[in-house]
Amino acid sequence: MSKKLISLQVNGQTVEKAVEPRTLLVHFLREELSLTGTHIGCETSHCGACTVDLDGQSIKSCTVLAVQCDGSEVRTVEGLASGGVLHAVQEGFYKEHGLQCGFCTPGMLMRAQRFLVENPNPTEEEVRAGMAGNLCRCTGYQNIVKAVLYAARKLREKQEAAA
Amino acid sequence: MIPPSFDYHAPKSVAEALKLLGDLGGDAKLLAGGHSLLPMMKLRFAQPSHLIDLNRIAALRGIREEGPEIVIGAMTVENDVLNSRLLQQKVPLLPEVVSQIADPQVRNRGTIGGDIAHGDAANDHPAVAIALDATLVLEGPKGRRSVKAESFYHGMYFTEMAENEILCEIRVPAFLPRTGYAYAKLKRKTGDWAAAAAAVVMRMNGGKVESVRIALTNAAATPLRATDAEQALIGKALDDTTIGDAAARAMVICDPAEDLRGDREYKTAMTGVMLRRALASAAARCV
Repeated sequence: MSKKLISLQVNGQTVEKAVEPRTLLVHFLREELSLTGTHIGCETSHCGACTVDLDGQSIKSCTVLAVQCDGSEVRTVEGLASGGVLHAVQEGFYKEHGLQCGFCTPGMLMRAQRFLVENPNPTEEEVRAGMAGNLCRCTGYQNIVKAVLYAARKLREKQEAAA
Repeated sequence: MIPPSFDYHAPKSVAEALKLLGDLGGDAKLLAGGHSLLPMMKLRFAQPSHLIDLNRIAALRGIREEGPEIVIGAMTVENDVLNSRLLQQKVPLLPEVVSQIADPQVRNRGTIGGDIAHGDAANDHPAVAIALDATLVLEGPKGRRSVKAESFYHGMYFTEMAENEILCEIRVPAFLPRTGYAYAKLKRKTGDWAAAAAAVVMRMNGGKVESVRIALTNAAATPLRATDAEQALIGKALDDTTIGDAAARAMVICDPAEDLRGDREYKTAMTGVMLRRALASAAARCV
């Protein structure tokens, strides 16, 4: 089974590697690129711990092949903060205590930032529906929802300030 | 979990994909969204030697109106079905169904055609396609042919689609004004398959049922059309008695498999409950 050469952007950097077709995107990120922020949870597309952006859309990287991402743009949790400043969703999870053990957090953050692009001014109910593909076994979700709403406020304030 | 080794092919056109299918034969599988096939490969329930990825075939995506029909490309992802203005206006049952399938991330990859062609009666689109009287357009080496969704399913993972064919389009009649519709689905959690679900498309005239199509999800090895239940409703007003009678007739044809979602009696009873709810919701929308 011959390897395939793929070229993609990961957190703004061009990456070129030969991969086995069966390599999943999450294994490619963690083992080939040492980007271990993306976590492997259930491996069957239920838990959302492996959520990343692929071409501007949230996907579960345990159920996409690396070879399918040839020519694509991937963003992982390592690409969220910029210049040492936390992204609003990271700040929100910190301020509102949106995590306990932290295992689900990278997937939660990646889904939350994309969800807030799709819906910058969500209701609590919309946050719950938008985050429905991410499971947390510690928090009971209350603080996660608060964290996403906090980030939504922050991002809107930032946008208003820039306007 | 890592899938077994395979060779990967990413054709750019249906013609190219058909040629690959012909050349590689029965060892090849078509890859759509991959959210059924890749987990099955991880678990070694499927071990194809070749994957033919349909994701780069632009012609298989998109939703358009063609006369009295809405034509949905088989590789259209669920979120595009959910957010389609055209479907919200012309076939609003489909967005309602998709809002109950999986979760936002999975809906960005999972496709309507993959859901239909996989041949799993636990998927939601098969029964819905039957309720909608959808036509499935298959393309093979000798050209295209159309198959009614109702005639597509022969058994678990066993459909009318031949090994050398590709599902290209799902053609759905646009709803006439005042068509009632509903999909009632019982599931344990977000992302789960239905323990039981019922799809209804209905028209009423003068307070009586003029036409109705009913189909059931995960109630047997194939999606079921509940013909007896439909016929019992024609010409009747909907009340507790007529709805209860239709549900009883639908429950008679249920033959579900026992699993963690429940035993046969529970799933059959819940199919009746889902149908009663779907009929009541659909009737309320026939205005």
